[in-house]
Amino acid sequence: MGFIVGWIRFLGRRGLRFFARLGRGHLFLLNLLAALPSLLPRPGLVVRELYSTGVRSMSIIVVSGLFVGMVLGLQGYNTLSRFGAAESLGALVALSLVRELGPVITALLFMGRAGTSLTAEIGLMKATEQLSGMEMMAVDPVKRIMAPRFVAAFLAMPLLAAIFSAVGVLGGYFVGVGLLGVDSGVFWSQMQANVGWRPDIVNGVIKSAVFGIVVAWIAVFEGYDAVPTSEGVSRATTRTVVNGALAVLALDFVLTALMYGAG
Amino acid sequence: MPDTRAVEIAVGMFVAAGLAALFLLAMKVSNLSSFTAPQGYVLSAEFQNIGGLKVRAPVTVAGVQVGRVIGISFDNTDYEAVVKMAINPKYDKFPVDTSAAIYTAGLLGDKYVALVPGGAATFLKDGARIKLTQSALILEQVIGQYLFNRAGGRK
Repeated sequence: MGFIVGWIRFLGRRGLRFFARLGRGHLFLLNLLAALPSLLPRPGLVVRELYSTGVRSMSIIVVSGLFVGMVLGLQGYNTLSRFGAAESLGALVALSLVRELGPVITALLFMGRAGTSLTAEIGLMKATEQLSGMEMMAVDPVKRIMAPRFVAAFLAMPLLAAIFSAVGVLGGYFVGVGLLGVDSGVFWSQMQANVGWRPDIVNGVIKSAVFGIVVAWIAVFEGYDAVPTSEGVSRATTRTVVNGALAVLALDFVLTALMYGAG
Repeated sequence: MPDTRAVEIAVGMFVAAGLAALFLLAMKVSNLSSFTAPQGYVLSAEFQNIGGLKVRAPVTVAGVQVGRVIGISFDNTDYEAVVKMAINPKYDKFPVDTSAAIYTAGLLGDKYVALVPGGAATFLKDGARIKLTQSALILEQVIGQYLFNRAGGRK
């Protein structure tokens, strides 16, 4: 009997902790959004964070975009040529990249490259009591530290996703046209005939912006919510990757269903 | 971390690269460049069956694209499909007895509208209706007819 009560109590405690975290996360997001106007007089803060999150993620985004595009070119050609439709390679590469792979892979890479460092940085600031120190000096750490990082990560994501897709298309072009001998004109014309501005490209940008908000929010919140010890910071960094990846992939399904589900 | 000037230049280049990538996607990858707001004069035609014709399908004369389909609707009084086409104003000399047909590009390609000019001396104006039309070829109907004819011929 005591075992069952203990088990139910365990479930309840886990549930309460989960919902408390969820609530703290949303309150934190509200705080972040409320702090956004205070950034307007000081855009320099955001620019500096854009440098460390956006610019320094460029190399990994460009290189992986190129390779993903090249793999799509190879795989797509192999499969399409079996059906005698190798001419559609351009459309296949561009649609896969712009609709799905661009936003999703960029979000996952961006989380690993920039999100984890945000979490670790903020968590360590908390562990070394820099955040409390700021509060003592009447500086709001949400306005000074978290809001600029949140905005920078949110702004960087759509730009990085666009770069990823564009580079990927070029990678597919190199493999498809350069290596496998698909006609260059057919490659581009098939792509242009099948990729739409509003349904494909704009939806891709919307996706990447939503992922940007989610990744930035999770990364900053996990740092802010970390247990202020070295173990707590390491756990928070792990949670950023796990929760962020789950959130991005689940949201991707929801967004795709909303955008393309109705046919 | 490098000094402010270098940071700002790097961020500026990053934003420019992102926007350039988006521009490349818009112009080179998508069909935005070939899609301008429907301009030119409008012709309409009624078909008994349009098959799989879609809005923005090309309108061609002698194989050259002269316009686009801008609207497809259904006429509730004579039960025919009404196809509206925007024609490039450069090509404004189609005789009134021009005919329109819906063909398929390739065996499995998209449907398009082909105009065949007639010989009349007066020309179609904005909003005019093309009276001579030929419906899309429905593969099932053709096969059905073929089988029907074979069965009839064997007697």
